[in-house]
Amino acid sequence: MSKGIQLMFDIKDLYQEVIVDHNRSPRNFGRLENADTTLEGFNPLCGDKLTLYLKTNSGKINEIAFDGSGCAISVASASLMTDAMKGKSLDEAEILFNQFHNLVTTDDDYDAESLGKLVALAGVKDYPARVKCASLCWHTLHSALQGDNAPVKTE
Amino acid sequence: MNNSNTAKTITNISAPFDVERFRKDFPILNEQVHGKPLVYLDNAATSQKPKQVIESLDAYYRETNSNIHRGVHTLSEQATAIYEKARGKVKEFINSDSIKEIVFVRGATEGINLVAQSFGRNMLKPGDEIIITELEHHSNIVPWQILSEQTGATLNYIPINDAGELILEEYEKLLSDKTCIVAVGHISNALGTINPIKTIIDKAHAVGAKVIVDGAQAVPHTRVDVRELDCDFYVFSGHKLFGPTGIGVLYGKEAILESMPPYQGGGDMIQTVSMEKSTYNALPYKFEAGTPHIAGVIGLGAAIDYVDQLGLEAAAQYEIELLDYADEQASQVPGLNFVGTAKNKTSILSFTLDGIHPHDIGTILDGEGVAIRAGHHCAMPVMERFNIPATARASFAFYNTRQEVDALIQAIDKCQKVFN
Repeated sequence: MSKGIQLMFDIKDLYQEVIVDHNRSPRNFGRLENADTTLEGFNPLCGDKLTLYLKTNSGKINEIAFDGSGCAISVASASLMTDAMKGKSLDEAEILFNQFHNLVTTDDDYDAESLGKLVALAGVKDYPARVKCASLCWHTLHSALQGDNAPVKTE
Repeated sequence: MNNSNTAKTITNISAPFDVERFRKDFPILNEQVHGKPLVYLDNAATSQKPKQVIESLDAYYRETNSNIHRGVHTLSEQATAIYEKARGKVKEFINSDSIKEIVFVRGATEGINLVAQSFGRNMLKPGDEIIITELEHHSNIVPWQILSEQTGATLNYIPINDAGELILEEYEKLLSDKTCIVAVGHISNALGTINPIKTIIDKAHAVGAKVIVDGAQAVPHTRVDVRELDCDFYVFSGHKLFGPTGIGVLYGKEAILESMPPYQGGGDMIQTVSMEKSTYNALPYKFEAGTPHIAGVIGLGAAIDYVDQLGLEAAAQYEIELLDYADEQASQVPGLNFVGTAKNKTSILSFTLDGIHPHDIGTILDGEGVAIRAGHHCAMPVMERFNIPATARASFAFYNTRQEVDALIQAIDKCQKVFN
């Protein structure tokens, strides 16, 4: 065990106030009537599942919502993502997807300004088993925007 | 094993179980996780290994490593002797009649697959029925689903009640002369329920069905006597019995094993091979194709020696008292819900916390050095039955202590602080 690193462990780095708050009161939670795109995402290992609802118009995400069940990381991630995605163009959404992916999987510098509140999820990268929890909704959104119909799985 | 039902009223009738003495045998228990002493409560997933087992592997590789049943040289003879001696230990451990009934496999999963494919596939025809239970681990579900697809046999499930106990009246309704195989776990890995397998076996035999018992969770916690149970097959894994991973045991009644075709072909399982045809080796070697996990078998033998000197009955009694203590402490935690409250259960505390997902519990507990399992425990039908996605599961072994239960409860308290 790499004890040196683990001694610096603080659970609050992972469960920041923003995450706890978005888990307790998820934003954009619930079915979106008249969604033009609906896609499901599953994490077979832990049973997390969510459904993502999108209304797009002229290459822009007008409305976005989700429902489902999962751990705090996955619910907070979906809540923060849907907040961040509202009004974004499809190109901007793709850029944010890549920025988020880097945030939770690499030690590379990140653009805190464009990521905004999503930075709260940076702690996930120290928990390899939990990266999938944070990224499930993002992969689901990515597939939905690519026009895929098959449910998304993180395995 | 019915003793566990009444165990709550039993006071110390013999010398107290010396947990501190046995803990010294497990080097890993001195480890720290995140700067805190390891509190290992994931024993249902795999148990830790005493130094006696670790040293047996080391000694084998250092001193006697050689292939078995082949060489005329000294090392091969020595390796063969300790390998076969371990088989004898397994035979004694589960009180089988003969070493011919002890087949080494990779684990309980492989044992079940072997029985499904070698026994079941040759016997079942469309319209025949297999009975399993809602409590099973996926390893005792999927091989039967595959078999029923292959043969056209029907797969039925004994349901469970809200406490996580099998509903035996429903079992009786499922039984008929069409029932060919009954496959049941001895102890539930998700809930800790001890199933009344003797009753289940007797009722199955009354309609002419054969019974396979998945004992993966049972052998570390209860004395198993296959002759008394009269089961047709019994499987377990070494790694849950303080032995190495990758080794397990299939017990089968000799006459039944004799009637079954080989599961895999290869070296060691044959008598003669010509280009046209081969003749198969005697039991149990007919089912042990290829060079086996020799070190694993030797390690399993050492694990059985360890359990024998420990006294499985005394350890089991200690574990029941520990679980009682854990249940008592957990019942005082606001917002904690028990999942699985069978009257007859052992060593497992499966629970949920209001408003906190089990995976978050698992991560936060880990931060406190407390290792538990969070998830569906490879028993998704059980989760479905209770309408929950997952549970947090603390599972105990004889080397766990009350102080460790206290650490678990404190860590649960920390979880609730993080989220409130």
